[in-house]
Amino acid sequence: MDQIDQIFVSLKHWAVHFFPAVVQPLVSAGLSIAALIATFGSIFAITTWVERKALGRIQNRLGPNRVGPFGLLQPLADAIKMLTKEDIVPVSADRVVHYLAPFALIIPVSLALAVIPYGRNMAPVDLDAGVLFFFAVGAAAEVAVFMAGWSSRNKYSILGAMRAIAQMISYELPLVLSTISVVMIVGSLSLVKIVEAQNHFVLGFLPGWHVLTPWGFAGFVLFMIAAAAESNRAPFDLPEAESEIIAGYLTEYSGFKYALFFLGEYWGMFAVSGLAVTLFLGGWTAPFPFLVWVPSFVWFFAKLGALIVLFIWIRGTLPRLRIDQLMSFAWKFLLPMSLINIVVAAVWHFAAGWSFPLASLWRWVLCAALVAIPYLSFGRAMAGRRRFPKRVYQYAT
Amino acid sequence: MSPVFAILAAMTLASAIAAMSFRKLVHSALSMILTFSGLASIYLHLNAQFVGLVQVLVYVGAVAILVVFAILLTRDSTRDSSVRSLAKSWLTGLLVAGAVFGTLAAAILGSRALDRAAPQAAEITVKKIGEQLMTRYVIPLEVVALLLTAAMIGAVIIAMREKEGK
Repeated sequence: MDQIDQIFVSLKHWAVHFFPAVVQPLVSAGLSIAALIATFGSIFAITTWVERKALGRIQNRLGPNRVGPFGLLQPLADAIKMLTKEDIVPVSADRVVHYLAPFALIIPVSLALAVIPYGRNMAPVDLDAGVLFFFAVGAAAEVAVFMAGWSSRNKYSILGAMRAIAQMISYELPLVLSTISVVMIVGSLSLVKIVEAQNHFVLGFLPGWHVLTPWGFAGFVLFMIAAAAESNRAPFDLPEAESEIIAGYLTEYSGFKYALFFLGEYWGMFAVSGLAVTLFLGGWTAPFPFLVWVPSFVWFFAKLGALIVLFIWIRGTLPRLRIDQLMSFAWKFLLPMSLINIVVAAVWHFAAGWSFPLASLWRWVLCAALVAIPYLSFGRAMAGRRRFPKRVYQYAT
Repeated sequence: MSPVFAILAAMTLASAIAAMSFRKLVHSALSMILTFSGLASIYLHLNAQFVGLVQVLVYVGAVAILVVFAILLTRDSTRDSSVRSLAKSWLTGLLVAGAVFGTLAAAILGSRALDRAAPQAAEITVKKIGEQLMTRYVIPLEVVALLLTAAMIGAVIIAMREKEGK
């Protein structure tokens, strides 16, 4: 089974050994990049199909069903359409910045994809400070959004860009702070080490994933909410709100540049979902001991797929937030909760030294209470005196 | 000088010069971002991973965005700025800069610090930096935190007064 588990690693080693020693590092890096782009390019194509199908079903439609069986070739048709469309640049646009913006988005996003461990020994780049690298390049994406919005010279574009930047800055805090709890417990910023720390089983059958601890669960939920906002997914898609500001900073983009933006956003979602899998869902580790024979990369991509489906489901379910709701949610709820979560993680860390009977149970109960009580009181405080009676729908049955 | 360093240094310098000479403020801000990234890459090239990544996180992620927001909120960013990129007294500036560089270079070359062997670079991990920040440098850290909080409260108060005046 080890051979199948390491098949891609051995394939790469085998391919690299044909080249002279001088160029071997370059060839190795090139192969990793090619594999990354091919894999995530295909996942992107499949995701657009799944998303349109699932959203269609949620809204009582069929979704794409004309091109190929079940509309499966729709992404291909879309790609050809995008490539052959006219590339329109507004007369008053700042041509150079307008041209560079899609690249300024796609480069940091693909860099972020490079540090995630996709399987055993399958991290394209194993950095000591992988988590830090991820957030550093993620910060560069904000600049791309600004470039797109400002250079289009369109009031909707600049509005969308301003909204996007304000949202990204606000939600970056809970995103990073919920990650810090994991870094504190593992004691390393390396994503490979974070996965290895979860590669064990509790009580012989439960996976040692962080999501199964009180602080990890709270951290995972906070992380996913912030991740949805960071990647401009519904219900946090105000920067692109089609019905209010006609797609925001994407308004003046068409053809291949629009496709690049689209690709960049989806890759951003994959990257941040991959980070969530790595930090909280055990990365490439198996959920049960009797399933460890399944190759590690299968687990990683299965978890990634599950998170992508979750994002699509949320998009089809929740209405868009208002901008003031968005901001107060980030600053008044997510930020204090993630700060509390750091304290809970610290308590969890020190409670590991307890040595009285049933210590691990008490540790669990204490930490769960430390998460649940602030959550409930914050929720009550934010709801205020408002009451939410059951909605009555007049026409839907 | 390795070719990697040469490329990074050339990029950093070119974008720094561009940041000074562009007519539009937003263009200057964007090329300043490129300068910051160039500096970060030089840190990474020198194996200072933590400093390099924090440079990107703080300067590209926060400072640059702040600059851009300030430009957008205070003036019409689409027009060319009326300020000449080269001041009239550029010759004096050049002389002063040359004199400062010469003095510094002479002082450094003449000092005995250069004769000492370079100390063995310690393996600097994030953990060590954190420990130092929490023990030896805890007071400076707290002072900086206090200063930043004061600055933030000040900014909020300034913004609030404007609203009342309307």
